[in-house]
Amino acid sequence: MFDNLTQRLGKVVKNLRGQGRLTEENIQDALREVRVALLEADVALPVVKDFIAKVREKALGTEVLQSLTPGQMLIGVVHKELAALMGEHAVPLSFASQPPAVILMAGLQGAGKTTTCGKLVRVIRQQGKKKILTVSCDVYRPAAIEQLKTVTAQAEADFFPSEPNQKPEDIARAALDYAKRHFHDVLIVDTAGRLHIDEAMMAEIKALHAALQPVETLFVVDAMQGQDAVNTARAFNDALPLTGVVLTKLDGDARGGAALSVRHITGKPIKFAGVGEKLGGIEVFHPERMASRILGMGDVLSLIEEAQQAVDHQEALKTVQKLKSGKGFDLEDFKSQIQQMKKLGGLSSLVDKLPGAGGKMGADDLAQGEKQMRRVEGIINSMTPEERRKPELLKASRKRRIATGAGVSVQEVNRLLTQFEQARKMMKSLGKGGLSKMMRGMKGMLPGM
Amino acid sequence: MFGFFKSSKEPPPATDQAEAQAAPAPEQAKTGWAERLKVGLSKTRKVLNTPVGDLFRRHAHIDEDVYEELETILLTADVGVDATQYLLDALRRKVKQDKLTETGQLRDTLRAILLELLAPLERPLDIDTARPFVIMLAGVNGAGKTTTIGKLAKRFQGEGKHVLLAAGDTFRAAAREQLAVWGERNNVEVIGGQGEGTGGDPAAVIYDAIHSARARGIDVVLADTAGRLPTQMHLMDEIRKVKRVIQKADPAGPQEVLLVLDANTGQNALAQIKAFDEAIGVTGLVLTKLDGTAKGGVIAALAHRHAPSRPPVPVRFIGVGEGLDDLQPFRAAEFVDALFGE
Repeated sequence: MFDNLTQRLGKVVKNLRGQGRLTEENIQDALREVRVALLEADVALPVVKDFIAKVREKALGTEVLQSLTPGQMLIGVVHKELAALMGEHAVPLSFASQPPAVILMAGLQGAGKTTTCGKLVRVIRQQGKKKILTVSCDVYRPAAIEQLKTVTAQAEADFFPSEPNQKPEDIARAALDYAKRHFHDVLIVDTAGRLHIDEAMMAEIKALHAALQPVETLFVVDAMQGQDAVNTARAFNDALPLTGVVLTKLDGDARGGAALSVRHITGKPIKFAGVGEKLGGIEVFHPERMASRILGMGDVLSLIEEAQQAVDHQEALKTVQKLKSGKGFDLEDFKSQIQQMKKLGGLSSLVDKLPGAGGKMGADDLAQGEKQMRRVEGIINSMTPEERRKPELLKASRKRRIATGAGVSVQEVNRLLTQFEQARKMMKSLGKGGLSKMMRGMKGMLPGM
Repeated sequence: MFGFFKSSKEPPPATDQAEAQAAPAPEQAKTGWAERLKVGLSKTRKVLNTPVGDLFRRHAHIDEDVYEELETILLTADVGVDATQYLLDALRRKVKQDKLTETGQLRDTLRAILLELLAPLERPLDIDTARPFVIMLAGVNGAGKTTTIGKLAKRFQGEGKHVLLAAGDTFRAAAREQLAVWGERNNVEVIGGQGEGTGGDPAAVIYDAIHSARARGIDVVLADTAGRLPTQMHLMDEIRKVKRVIQKADPAGPQEVLLVLDANTGQNALAQIKAFDEAIGVTGLVLTKLDGTAKGGVIAALAHRHAPSRPPVPVRFIGVGEGLDDLQPFRAAEFVDALFGE
């Protein structure tokens, strides 16, 4: 369907390759591509215009000879500007106030405020084991209070009950009072979703802000939002002294154009990114990584971090030991690698983070790949432990049995064995470099760098 | 999310707010729905209309500046790069062909081109073709599925139909309660709303609902599902299963697969349609939250981008406000008129 930024800019680089030097003319072409890419990624038009102007200015001022290829040079400038626009570094939540530190959530309907409340509880708990209270001032949507109650219980924090017939401001005051008397460190206040042009509702949240004096006022934005992101961000920023932004649904395939728009308009840091519906689905937002990801430089840093968390170190060590000792890499290891890959969020999540790869593989290929991974697992599961250790045992009749057991054809079993052979060879050549070395190796292999 | 419930909540407290909002447009109940559509789309109209009107005032004759400003207006209304290019090209061709010189003619031409583009999207939903007529709703998180179900249920009830809701969102906290609370207030029966917290099988809930509907001669079954992003492959598999199970309960069903799109969504709306269509065969769209946004343009992108082998997925309903009546059948001519403020 749409080329995402990564793919688009990948094309720009390819187009620029092979040209001797960067002239004003070919910058023009490339910048037009960048403009289209940003627009297709839903970056708001005024923001795109500002951005392009800045890049043009910087690019023309840079000496061509400094860089290896014109493409790298231009991408370098685009990346630097993008990173500057996104903010330089991650900004943590502030608790610098007399407890309770109040966090007020604001945003449009359906942005993901209530879910984010639950996720924030987790984050704050992980940071400092604070005593946390949540309260919902959403008296409009049926069961909104119930939803926060459930989410809060899941996140294991305290919940301050409220009723739909109460006034939001009264609820807020009562919760604040309760939090003070019960020595809560943090009070998270959920609010109803509201349209930025709804004056009555905007007045309501202003009153909430005045009553609560929050130390953090977080604007929750859907990463899929379109051009209107500038208008909503401006309106909320004008109405409330926002302290930060939470970008939700970033695990979708919308490439965060709204992030650029909101950041540009409000100037406030994007503090967190929501990635999934589960309570653990929240990440500290890393602006420079986001810029890299948008530019197709991959999110290698994030990937390594995730890999370190998710991959079972014991398993990994065992594989390394085997390689070192010269004892063969067997099908059992092959399977455990597939399982570890699953833990990392599957192929699609991995490929997204690899530089340049996004351009080469479509979602269909990935779905196919993931299906394939499951089949492979099924085939290996149908082997006896001995067969897994010694694949050379597999002759025609054993293969037939395995194929029947896994519900596949013998050809597929054969294909798996060939793949396994290739993987074994790759493992041998890889040596003991570990994941980061492998990543560097892959980076070198992929285009666009 | 679910903003319309604001106006549908227990009567007295809601009214000050509704009045405060509706100050410039009194007698909301009596305004025709074309009028309401216009009010709901006023922001879009402003975006499309005001600068266009301004454009005509400043430029009497058609030149490059006019096209450039028009491009800006279309892009800012979420029409998208491709559809904008298409509209401008069509416009240029017509101008050349008919030797147009005045910007006033340009405006009429643009209107005609837009109408031609959007007309295929207008195919109203006919719920009298089966009984029970099973409507399955799907969409990304926070698009407004549950709210839309409420509005649709009210609408069908108003037409004298017996409606049953299936609370198939067994994932999000309190999603079933949301539907149950709503059903209680509006005397619509909800199947699966009493489920304990989250968890449970959405397909089973919907299966039960269809059987129950058949036994009791219900006309329309509205099946809610949990929000999901197309990138979550296991959830896309799950919704495929929901559809398969519906087909088990009713081999001819679901009679309609509605994809609910948030009008605030930018060009990702197209990716959403593609992904959900591949998974469950989308037969209609509901565009929610058109009020108060600079949107509406995304409809043009939808009409422009579709598989050449078949007509675009029709837009069955658009949500232009928070009231129960503000979910309107999509009508291309009125939509374009509203965009142009006529």
